[in-house]
Amino acid sequence: MQVRDLTKGTGEWLRGIGPKSDVVISSRIRLARNVAGFPFLTRCTARDRQALQVQASAAIAQCNLGPAVEFLDLQPLRDIDRQLLVERHLISKPHAALEGARGVALSKDETLSIMVNEEDHLRIQVLRSGLQLADAWAQIGPIDDQLEQRLHWAFHPRFGYLTACPTNVGTGIRVSVMLHLPALKLTGEIEKVFRAAKELRLAVRGLYGEGTEATGDFYQVSNQTTLGRTEEQLLEQFEQAVVPRIIEYEQHARRMLLTERTVALDDKIFRALGLLRNARLLTGDEALFLLSHVRLGVHLGRISDVDMAKVNELFLLTQPAHLQMILGKELDGDQRRAARAHFIRQKLGAG
Amino acid sequence: MKCDQCSRPATVHLTEIRGGKKFEKNLCEQCAAKLGSTQGVGHTPINELLSKFVMEHSGVQTEPPAACEHCGITWAEFRQTGLLGCATDYDLFERDLAPLIQRAHEGATHHLGKAPGSKAETGAIQKRHVDLAKMKKELRRAVEAEDYERAAALRDEIRDVEQQGAV
Ligand SMILES: [Zn+2]
Ligand SMILES: [Zn+2]
Repeated sequence: MQVRDLTKGTGEWLRGIGPKSDVVISSRIRLARNVAGFPFLTRCTARDRQALQVQASAAIAQCNLGPAVEFLDLQPLRDIDRQLLVERHLISKPHAALEGARGVALSKDETLSIMVNEEDHLRIQVLRSGLQLADAWAQIGPIDDQLEQRLHWAFHPRFGYLTACPTNVGTGIRVSVMLHLPALKLTGEIEKVFRAAKELRLAVRGLYGEGTEATGDFYQVSNQTTLGRTEEQLLEQFEQAVVPRIIEYEQHARRMLLTERTVALDDKIFRALGLLRNARLLTGDEALFLLSHVRLGVHLGRISDVDMAKVNELFLLTQPAHLQMILGKELDGDQRRAARAHFIRQKLGAG
Repeated sequence: MKCDQCSRPATVHLTEIRGGKKFEKNLCEQCAAKLGSTQGVGHTPINELLSKFVMEHSGVQTEPPAACEHCGITWAEFRQTGLLGCATDYDLFERDLAPLIQRAHEGATHHLGKAPGSKAETGAIQKRHVDLAKMKKELRRAVEAEDYERAAALRDEIRDVEQQGAV
């Protein structure tokens, strides 16, 4: 597999389809697992890491994990290749930046990625566009079972699946949904979502997870606790209670903006579109910010000459690694800003 | 908020029920630990069951065990990085780890949910914890509704089930 080939599509998480995709960009379930008999990664020797990678990739190859799953050794890759995988949410930032033997198994449709030698020996992740947690769970469960038969997970009768960090112990599950909440941001009500999430012990993060800012009005909501609740209970909390309420809240804010603050709303939307169609230099964050308003405008039917698929695509393709990969050359910061603006003008048609 | 008994910040908030009345205490960890070790059985604070944190009833603070014989990690090293060294550390450091885990997981003490294969043993343990979880939920509701008689009864029931299990 060539990492470059991935840039031809938008991957699963930004396809912009699936239930509730006007607000829910994507759903993700991740399971943290460790192989019994090996120390956790902080205490692994280089040889342990290598052995883990060999065993894990062999097990992955032997299992029937779905269509076209391939193992990618991350160590020999260029930084930009690893960065591209981060931008596509297929590996985490720490996994890209780490040293030593590590890799990722990917399915061709990018719904499955299995990080090997991240913080835990394996981190199995299933992605879906839109709100499809039940579907994601149905996919990831059997994958976990098949891998368990070959790798034998470290498990404790009291603490459940054992993880390097005790905050992940138990189910080892992280459920997260990526939400696009531009209207709540515009009306200033987003703080209420944060507070409600906090009360429910859910974390709200930015586009690329831990420690990232919420750019482009994207918010990732995920569970923080993994012990004492079944996977089903957690999924139910997300699918029945938390997410529908936030969706409703965002939709309400959108309707309110549309009926009561039409001119101010249009100003935001068309100002963003105008900038994207005319700017000569754009930073990544600025592009995300403007694209967010354009996405809102397309969803509300205010903008009719821009295709939603194109907007979703631009969120991804204007990220630094994607941009450089598409243009086929390394660019410094200034060059990237110019290239990004140029690329967007081409895609959206200069006004 | 300051600790009731010294000037350190209060991080432990206890609700105690005595004779059907509610008493609140705000303590720092050190004072709470001291209190935990001197507390009579009849005065088990509700929060302990609501499980904001766990205190070992043995009370006496002893040194954590030395380094793990498998991976070499010490308790101090774990406290620095927040990452354990191997699976056996969960047993080796269980006494010191359990309260941390409980605090990090909203008071949960035991795994519920998926388990590798279908180990009957795990099933039985899980069932007991489903029951316990239900009872604790009820207890939380009783406290919220300020029905302290019911809460005290549930507290005793929970203690019995937990002692039976002794997992
Ligand atoms: Zn004190
Ligand atoms: Zn160890």
